[in-house]
Amino acid sequence: MGIKRDISHTVWSVRGNAVMDVVTRSLEPLIAALRAAGYTVVGPTVKDRAIRLTEISSAAELPDGTGDVQEPGNYRLTERDDGMVFGYAASPDSAKRFTQPPRQTLIRSRGQVIEEVEPEAPRIALLGLRACDLAAIAVQDRVFLGGRHPDPAYRRRREALFLIAVNCAVPGGTCFCVSMGTGPKATAGFDLALTELAAPHRFLIETGSERGARIVAAIPHQAATGDDVAAADEVSRTAAGRMGRTVDTEGVQEWLPAAHDHPRWDDVASRCLACTNCTMACPTCFCSTVEDVTDLSGDVAERSERWDSCFTLDFSEVGGSPVRGSQRGRYRQWLTHKFATWYDQFGTSGCVGCGRCITWCPTGIDVTEELSAIRYGTEGPSCIR
Amino acid sequence: MDARQTGRRPRLAVWKFASCDGCQLTLLDCEDELLSIAAEMEIAYFLEASSAPGPGPYDLSLVEGSITTPEDAERIRHVRRVSRRLVTIGACATAGGIQALRDFADVREFTSVVYARPEYIATLERSTPISANVPVDFELRGCPIDKRQLLEVITAFLADRRPVVPGHSVCVECKARGNVCVLVAHGTPCLGPVTQAGCGALCPAYNRGCYGCFGPAETTNSGALNAKLRALGMSDPDLVRVYRTFNATEEPFRRASEEAEGDA
Ligand code: SF4
Ligand code: SF4
Ligand code: SF4
Ligand code: SF4
Repeated sequence: MGIKRDISHTVWSVRGNAVMDVVTRSLEPLIAALRAAGYTVVGPTVKDRAIRLTEISSAAELPDGTGDVQEPGNYRLTERDDGMVFGYAASPDSAKRFTQPPRQTLIRSRGQVIEEVEPEAPRIALLGLRACDLAAIAVQDRVFLGGRHPDPAYRRRREALFLIAVNCAVPGGTCFCVSMGTGPKATAGFDLALTELAAPHRFLIETGSERGARIVAAIPHQAATGDDVAAADEVSRTAAGRMGRTVDTEGVQEWLPAAHDHPRWDDVASRCLACTNCTMACPTCFCSTVEDVTDLSGDVAERSERWDSCFTLDFSEVGGSPVRGSQRGRYRQWLTHKFATWYDQFGTSGCVGCGRCITWCPTGIDVTEELSAIRYGTEGPSCIR
Repeated sequence: MDARQTGRRPRLAVWKFASCDGCQLTLLDCEDELLSIAAEMEIAYFLEASSAPGPGPYDLSLVEGSITTPEDAERIRHVRRVSRRLVTIGACATAGGIQALRDFADVREFTSVVYARPEYIATLERSTPISANVPVDFELRGCPIDKRQLLEVITAFLADRRPVVPGHSVCVECKARGNVCVLVAHGTPCLGPVTQAGCGALCPAYNRGCYGCFGPAETTNSGALNAKLRALGMSDPDLVRVYRTFNATEEPFRRASEEAEGDA
């Protein structure tokens, strides 16, 4: 049931198996090498009481000594004293903001002349992506680059991204990547993949592409020993045993769409705000809308694309009224598409098990709980934890 | 659009009823765009900007404020008669404003407490939105309104198209802006999930909860939000107060406050 990871249309996904894993002590040279190679480095840092992905210029900005606690509808930072830098689970930010910006201009016309709008494709190195994030990028690749109408702007942005995964050591309370077959260890789709190791503090680096190998060659490193590799395997094995949640998706393509009239949809609708946070936070949700505006003089017209969500009324508006007017219908659409009909459309699940929709839902609606209630029933209604 | 086709600049009027002037000021705040507006429209009546009012009729009237006196109830009918399009701007005009809190109390009691000679005060029992008095072509929400949205409404009027003013929640803009959700990450009460977007998620961008100044979103589930807000420690009187501010009499917020009051 896992995400199929070979992306034939991306040049860098071919794994350089001949390249040996290496070990490095500090990430400072890595960040410097990436910057020297012309990348803006975007990595985890503590901001507004969360671990955000923002531009960093030094390893000192990484969230050393900070962890997180995640549960349905709740996120809090914690202090750690183990000297680990990546001791937290999924950040509220995924790669989506970089692969699919929240707003982009598509075309502009001045008078009668249509102007090409050059899509922005900044060279960005994303440091600290999790296995689920890589799986989500693979899902988005299929959406935007698969099929008969690949999106050239997406391709440009995607090719300008240098992806550095960090294998999860402490999954969060809402994580279920093991159930979705996407983690916790990153196995493909990265330029570099790090595993943070303790005593002594060091990072095992796996190389996933030629440009990844060029960066590794530019930083101080030693060949990894058998002990280093064993220690890294142990990190991923331990993490796999610490999933906050599980979900049984066996046969989901059949039983979920068939549950169209299940009473659980009314129950979840009573808790759902239709606020869109789940879809906005989800790293694979790709829906957008287009907006056309003019300027005051009427000479310049612009069409832009922005993030939209199946939870808004405009989203399904046809002929002046929404096709899915009820909260029940909109939640059902979301969950059914994400876990079941996504297979019909794109050949994979739309969910990679990152848990963001659970953590960032203000009322703590939990997809794993909803799926299990629909499949197996439940004792009494669930409530906010 | 007809005025443009005839080569005549459309005539703009800005009217004030019971309000604080903040929304009209938003128009003056359009410093960079004000000259463009003046190039496209004749600013015929705008007492806040010029004391030389031009006579009607007007192609576009922007109306700020709510109806709270018998005189204003008459005056708004006149404004409607002399306006081809009438757009209300701000929570007072679209929802009755903060002065609609009188709807939940006895206005005579207020006047007797506040004024030395209450018998001089002619006021209505309730503060009503403009749309409760005359037909309105478009309502622009906010306390105050958002400058970009005001420009969009004026621009859309000039192009004779539907303004791009979505009715979804503040959360949509909040996530697009890249804010950390203060409700989930800080435990700060936030009305964003039930409030209409338009401000660009201003308050959460400064780590404050939204207090609902744009009024109810296209759909609301305040029962579910209230459960969360109670879990964060808000009391029922607190809940009544957060919904009874600038948009207190908008039906979804009225129901939300009454639900909290009922449980009190
Ligand atoms: S549906 Fe939820 S858990 Fe699955 S990928 Fe989206 S945000 Fe993550
Ligand atoms: S499931 Fe949660 S996050 Fe998603 S729309 Fe409903 S209340 Fe908002
Ligand atoms: S901070 Fe408020 S407006 Fe922003 S996403 Fe959270 S609940 Fe919505
Ligand atoms: S976040 Fe809420 S209170 Fe703040 S400006 Fe926007 S609508 Fe008003």
